[in-house]
Amino acid sequence: MLAFNLFGATEGGLFDINATLPLMAIQVVALTYILNSLFFKPVGKVVEKREKFVSNNIIEAKNKLSEVKKLEADLLTQLQSARTEAQRIVSEAEAESEKLYKEALELANNEANASKEKARLEIESQTSVARDQLSKQADDLSELIVNRLILEK
Amino acid sequence: MLTNFAALEVGQHLYWQIGNIRLHGQVFLTSWILLGALLVFISLGTKKMENDPKGLQNLLEFLWDYIRDLARTQIGEKVYRDWMPFIGTLFLFVFVSNWGGALIPWRLIKLPSGELGAPTADINTTIALALLVSLSYFYAGLSNKGWRYFEYYVHPTPIMLPFKILEDFTKPLSLSFRLFGNILADELVVGVLVFLVPLILPIPVMFLGLFTSAIQALIFATLAAYYIGEAVEEHH
Repeated sequence: MLAFNLFGATEGGLFDINATLPLMAIQVVALTYILNSLFFKPVGKVVEKREKFVSNNIIEAKNKLSEVKKLEADLLTQLQSARTEAQRIVSEAEAESEKLYKEALELANNEANASKEKARLEIESQTSVARDQLSKQADDLSELIVNRLILEK
Repeated sequence: MLTNFAALEVGQHLYWQIGNIRLHGQVFLTSWILLGALLVFISLGTKKMENDPKGLQNLLEFLWDYIRDLARTQIGEKVYRDWMPFIGTLFLFVFVSNWGGALIPWRLIKLPSGELGAPTADINTTIALALLVSLSYFYAGLSNKGWRYFEYYVHPTPIMLPFKILEDFTKPLSLSFRLFGNILADELVVGVLVFLVPLILPIPVMFLGLFTSAIQALIFATLAAYYIGEAVEEHH
């Protein structure tokens, strides 16, 4: 029979081994199956689903982060080119305005010079006219003086 | 004094006679109560599983994670999944039995013979568990590596053969007697102290007993996992 005793005692004792042993073994094996379907499988499913979810999210986040970094770099280069472009435009505009300013200045200078010249010429001509008149009057006057002197004699 | 000590009823059992078979009734009674409580606890915790764990589910997930780590570190990444339920069951069974035996005042329930206590304080239970471990590591080794499993016996050198064969006997022996001895000794120490000094003094020993009980459950499960891991390990 299953009942046997290590130490020869017929009844009781600490080392009384009997059918409790195989039945307990069967009970533990049954418990393993029960716990597997009641505890290990369902909890494992939930935990692993969550772990998968978390790791997927991490991967996704990493992908997004790298995408963001790429976009950032793109934007940075765009910004850089825009900046150089802006600088170019500004310097061009500066040169243009400088040119226009110079042109305008030259034009104004020329005009001023021309009118100055004209005024000078006019002054000159009027001076000569005035001088001519003056000399003519002087001539007349001297003639008159001469005639008077001659007539008095 | 010795007659008083006998009042602790060491080695007394509540015998159940079924045909020709004799059973230790108190072991089954306590194990059914404790396992029933464990199953109720687990059913409550897994009744409504959510992705966002709350309350009991949290505790059960922690337990599951703990057992998975134990199985994974001892058995290895490749086959730990197959053995995790077994290792976990061993751990839970031993743990619940030890703690149940230490925490519940079984002595208040009078039996016609023997007394209720931790199921693991009975040699039958511990030998049953240890033999299950032996069977599983043989099965694990043979199912994973076939006949090559026996290379393990001559692994570093053939000189190891007798020792490895001896190990197959010492493994279940040490597993069963370690658990049995620790839990029985704890029960006896607490019993004697309660009997001699019923106040205060037994409390630290009771705490020590709880500690021992938890450690023994961990040791049993870890060793079982280690033996299985050793059997499935590939030698190169």
